[in-house]
Amino acid sequence: MAAEGGKIDPMHQFMVEPLFGNSLTLGGYNIAFTNSALWMVLTLVAIWVFMLGGMKRELVPGRWQAAVEGASSFVSNMVHANIGPEGKKFTPYIFSLFMFILVANVLGMMPVGIVPHVHPFTVTSHITVTGVLAIVSFSMVLIVGFARHGLHFFSLFVPHGTPALMLPLIVPIELISFLIRPFSLGLRLFVAMTAGHILMKVLAGFVIGGLNAEAAWVAPVVGLPVFVLMVGISVLELLVCAIQAYVFALLTSLYLNDAVNLH
Amino acid sequence: MPQLDQILGTYASQIFWLLVVFGTIYLLIGKGMLPKVEQTIEARDRQIAEDLAAAERARVAAADSEHGWQDALEAGRNEAMRTTQAAKDAAAKASAIRLADVDVALHAKLAEGEAAVQKALASAQADLESVGSELTGDLVARLSGATITDAKISKTVKAVMGNA
Repeated sequence: MAAEGGKIDPMHQFMVEPLFGNSLTLGGYNIAFTNSALWMVLTLVAIWVFMLGGMKRELVPGRWQAAVEGASSFVSNMVHANIGPEGKKFTPYIFSLFMFILVANVLGMMPVGIVPHVHPFTVTSHITVTGVLAIVSFSMVLIVGFARHGLHFFSLFVPHGTPALMLPLIVPIELISFLIRPFSLGLRLFVAMTAGHILMKVLAGFVIGGLNAEAAWVAPVVGLPVFVLMVGISVLELLVCAIQAYVFALLTSLYLNDAVNLH
Repeated sequence: MPQLDQILGTYASQIFWLLVVFGTIYLLIGKGMLPKVEQTIEARDRQIAEDLAAAERARVAAADSEHGWQDALEAGRNEAMRTTQAAKDAAAKASAIRLADVDVALHAKLAEGEAAVQKALASAQADLESVGSELTGDLVARLSGATITDAKISKTVKAVMGNA
């Protein structure tokens, strides 16, 4: 939230800045520890702390343990419903994916900006991050598919009962819809988070601009309704955080189902 | 949009740290902690299923033992009724025997009494006849002076008494 000339730049929140200098390199690549990396680590720590509550392993769970078990059985039920009993070995990956996206989304929504010089950063609003996650998921589908079915995996592009006459048309469509998956997977999350955060910042700019306006009527007429709207949008954004994490995990498990069970 | 403007400068760092963090999450949490949570859930489900089965077994056992108890109760009641009936029958039989005995004894006593009464009556009659005869003889002798043989008197008296 850089106030440049009294204006709030809604894009500034997405800036990646090195925290401890720009000198860390690995094999010629710059791998400086940035605010993005910091929020990834915070996500890791948050998930780890959350999961610690599930390590009590009591027969009658307390609230925390029940929450951890609820999250893990939510994911394992989803995996089981979509992939079947063979999907059990993918549960750790889907769970990690779901928790990482969910917690990263929610952490980005936390109002830590009220502390001076602390800026929240939403890791999942970066196409680099969501793209890597999508590529990992898609690679997993390809590896599992070809490992289990060999070249027979290509029959994925021929739906059951397709007349031979239609094959020249159906196969390219199926192929393109298959190849578009990593892009739609990565872009969906990136766009949803980016758009939500831009909207929040624009609205926040209205509220602040209204309060700073010279005309006294602007604050109650513009600032207050927009503030009320922001409260609603914040709740909606929290919902989007959960839905996007769910959609990403759900689609990954559906794609893995194609690879494991091959229709 | 910084995500695209900065991408050439930051992609390596982002990808590196994402792989480090996500790999850690996958290994530490997905592979390390999640299975334990799932085991806990499975152990609990198993325990609940076992407890339910044990409760079902206990319920069946209780029903069985209740059944057995009912049977024993029934048998006991029947036994008691049989015993009571036998005792009743035995008592009735014993009292019938005693009653018969007493009846026989009473009959004997009655017959004896009757015989005694009969005997006394007969002897009284005989006495009466002899007294009557004597009295008649005396009366006849005193009134008429005639002497009648005892045999004739007693015959007449007998005839008169027999008519009376």
